[in-house]
Amino acid sequence: MVARAAREIAPGMVVNLGIGLPTKVVNYLPADFPVCLHTENGLSGIGPTLSAEEADRNLIDAGGAYVSTVPGSAFFDSATSFAMVRSGRLDLTMLGAFEVSATGDLANWKIPGKFSPGVGGGIELAQKARRVVVLTTHTDRAGNPKLKETCALPLTARACVSRIFTDMAVIDVTPQGFALVETLEGVSVAEVVEATGAPLILPETPPAQF
Amino acid sequence: MKLPNKETTIEAAIAQIKDGDTVMIGGFGVPGTPMTLIHALLAHGARDLTVVKNDANEPGMGIDHLLQSGQVARLITTHLGLNTHAIELMNSGKIAVEFNAQGILAERIRAGGSGLGGVLSDIGIGTELAEGKQIVEVAGKPHLVEPALRANVALIHADRADGFGNLAYRATAQNFNPLMAMAADCVIAEAEQIVPLGDLSANDVHTTGVFVDHVAALGTLSKEYAVVQR
Repeated sequence: MVARAAREIAPGMVVNLGIGLPTKVVNYLPADFPVCLHTENGLSGIGPTLSAEEADRNLIDAGGAYVSTVPGSAFFDSATSFAMVRSGRLDLTMLGAFEVSATGDLANWKIPGKFSPGVGGGIELAQKARRVVVLTTHTDRAGNPKLKETCALPLTARACVSRIFTDMAVIDVTPQGFALVETLEGVSVAEVVEATGAPLILPETPPAQF
Repeated sequence: MKLPNKETTIEAAIAQIKDGDTVMIGGFGVPGTPMTLIHALLAHGARDLTVVKNDANEPGMGIDHLLQSGQVARLITTHLGLNTHAIELMNSGKIAVEFNAQGILAERIRAGGSGLGGVLSDIGIGTELAEGKQIVEVAGKPHLVEPALRANVALIHADRADGFGNLAYRATAQNFNPLMAMAADCVIAEAEQIVPLGDLSANDVHTTGVFVDHVAALGTLSKEYAVVQR
């Protein structure tokens, strides 16, 4: 899933990888791939993650991981960092999700009564990146679908998600609802339909596998 | 002409903080968090504080000390995910927490430091963060009114400073520091190194000393500044 999601990144893009699964995408990008990774705590041009022994105590990403720079990196304050986000300079962001609706609504910051650490930069990323894709397991730990007709949890942003990468499939959010694009090798279309909590538009020919 | 000197001790600077003050504290995680000023505020004991900080650090670090000591009544922040103590205090009602979208908190502080009344944005429209906020229409689109934020005191961490209070930050330790350094009536900066006037090149100054009231040199850094071992 993560390797497949990495192929979503086109040469020349400015990309913000959300905390959690999306951070792992960087491991699947070739070393010489032309891309600028952004982290909202104030760095454009993120380099490889470093061990505690190699780390610079002043250089982290928004998830607290010790990262490095690449030739051409720049540091900036938090207002400048989100100016980039809100003014449309981010080509792509990859975010985690609790729920995604068939209209592309995203809920990923709060489970009332259980989990409410605050939204951080999530709303601005979801609302303002030019393209928002989600990386998530297809179902939650109890087996309930995360892709639903409508979100029950508090929203991060409305109608923001374009594509969803899961451990079963790649699914697009279209004006007509969820549309199956690809399936994971070994997963059947019927299994994806069963695990999805909203109607799934199927391709006319069997979908490609990843 | 010679620029005035604002060097003082950490204790003398912190002594100006009063019960009930609003205190902005720089930092995003460890980088840029003024750990030594925070410990001085802990020792000083001012209570009923409103603290404005991006995050609540981690248990046993940074502003977590002030939360645990009961000095903080209210926290204006964006994310507490790395501090389970802070989440417990919020859930048990011991501290009031106001969550802001991260870039909006930055802009509210920037506006406060720029003599403006606030900013207009569409961030969070249609979510619970918009609840209770005034909406105005500009160019045919709805915008939320995000009021400017100012503080009585701002606590800033800089890498290098000079005696006038010109500041330079390192790497991602910049974050909210240059914004908060503009937005308080009394701005106190701790610096890892205070250099003679002129040694910090005019080209390298991130925050002009015009915004800074007091600057104090740090000695040997405490282990709270070090790389976090996870």
